Amino acid sequence: MTALPQTTEKKLGLVIDLDTCVGCQACVTACKGWNDQSHGLSDQDAYGANPSGTFLNRVHSYQVAVPDAPPQIVNFPRSCLHCEVAPCVTVCPTGASYKRAEDGIVLVNEDACIGCGLCAWACPYGAREMDADQGVMKKCTLCVDRIENETLPEEDREPACVRTCPTNARHFGDFNDPESKVSRLVADRGGYDLMPDMGTKPTNKYLPPRNKGPGTASPLAPLLDIKATGVAGWLDRMLGKI
Amino acid sequence: MHPAPSVILFSTLSGLGFGFLAFLGAGLLIPSGWAAFFLWGLGYGLALSGLLAATFHLGNPKNALKAFSQWRTSWLSREAWASVATLLILAPVALSDWLGLGLPRIIGVVGAMLALLTVFTTAMIYTQIKAVPRWQQTLTPVMFLTFAIAGGALLSGQAWAPLAMLAVGGILLALWRQGDGAFAKASQTMGTATGLDRLGTPTVFEPAHTAGNYLMREMIHVVGRKHAKKLRVLALILASAMPALILLLPLGLPGLAVAALLHLAGALAARWLFFAEAEHVVGLYYGARD
Ligand code: SF4
Ligand code: SF4
Ligand code: SF4
Repeated sequence: MTALPQTTEKKLGLVIDLDTCVGCQACVTACKGWNDQSHGLSDQDAYGANPSGTFLNRVHSYQVAVPDAPPQIVNFPRSCLHCEVAPCVTVCPTGASYKRAEDGIVLVNEDACIGCGLCAWACPYGAREMDADQGVMKKCTLCVDRIENETLPEEDREPACVRTCPTNARHFGDFNDPESKVSRLVADRGGYDLMPDMGTKPTNKYLPPRNKGPGTASPLAPLLDIKATGVAGWLDRMLGKI
Repeated sequence: MHPAPSVILFSTLSGLGFGFLAFLGAGLLIPSGWAAFFLWGLGYGLALSGLLAATFHLGNPKNALKAFSQWRTSWLSREAWASVATLLILAPVALSDWLGLGLPRIIGVVGAMLALLTVFTTAMIYTQIKAVPRWQQTLTPVMFLTFAIAGGALLSGQAWAPLAMLAVGGILLALWRQGDGAFAKASQTMGTATGLDRLGTPTVFEPAHTAGNYLMREMIHVVGRKHAKKLRVLALILASAMPALILLLPLGLPGLAVAALLHLAGALAARWLFFAEAEHVVGLYYGARD
């Protein structure tokens, strides 16, 4: 049913720390790797001149002009936010898109999907991509087949992107539990929603980059301005003429 | 948004078809005998060819019947119901006109209302998308309905059809006027999309991927301003001004046919713009909206 549940027992999702993400793309690769099993995520012309493919997670990179401080590079992972008011679910004509009442995870039942693409239009965050080979919609599953997978060792029962992140920039947990790691991170670090005006009430939260303070000049800066004199100066001038 | 030919054809042809069926159903034109066969056939043909074109847009059409299941929440599902209901309820009316069975007109009137409801549900599929501010306007369903009614008035040879043609032009102008400011009014920026507005002003440093993807092909279509302007003028001339003029001349049936073809061409141009000019907020992540 594409009606949204009023409340969900658990509220599973991710916290993404923009302060520690180094933009290594490991989560992109791990996500693709894990989710490439069974139905898979197809690529087109993978080794050709114009490669393209289906991914559930993408990492952007922004430069931010910070007032009264040096500019900053911020790496920005983007995947489904498992919104509470998920517009992608209610637009779906077939019931293929749904939000689970038990934990709030937003999923696509590929066997019922007609590939109309309306849900991808409805998502403000670009979290859904149509698989060009299979003609059905793909999105982040919050790795349901890991987090509930009893055959995996306990420490692996978290999303592939979280498990793989070398800087611990991604955290997984239940936002309904105020004592969970994700809830505490959001409270301590001022976790925020993306485009709150869109009214989607995302579950995933982003932690802002920490304040880096004013810039300090590099200790090597004086060396940049060095002028060669004597023999070195003569050499420098001669070489410059060649 | 990507102006997919299938969706443009679907919404234009089926809009015109359901508009014409509404006039036939309501009895604003009551043909009989073979004239009825051809006119009803035209209405059904337009509506059905539109629906057929729509299925070409589906990635996985074998599940199409499932699209009837979610009418409680989904406008696309409601459209499926409304269109099938219209076509079914009007079928006996069409037969009655053709064979002179004298079925009560009230059935046709109900069918006519359903036909307009179908057009409304089509419009709502786009209007409901908050992520495309240009579409989320009251004028969007007004535009779809005006096209359907004006097209129906033209095909059924109503005396006021020239006025309806002019109304199409007026609505288009109003829609473009409001639409051009809609994205700015929604006040979403790369800053709000990433939340980095709390830090400063972000710009793209490196793209997330070097080649294209579904999002960029489907949601980030950028039309040149000059190009769009020319097409707008063309759409106004073809969909509104020329048919209105031709209908006012005493040219009879050939005039009507020419006016209808010009109007359809203009409607297609306007519908192309409706998609191509629509800006999706996901473009903000790619720096495509500044
Ligand atoms: S991020 Fe997009 S796809 Fe995910 S739940 Fe929200 S609206 Fe739906
Ligand atoms: S693409 Fe599939 S999941 Fe998305 S709205 Fe259409 S039928 Fe539903
Ligand atoms: S939770 Fe799983 S599916 Fe979602 S982005 Fe992470 S690895 Fe991909």
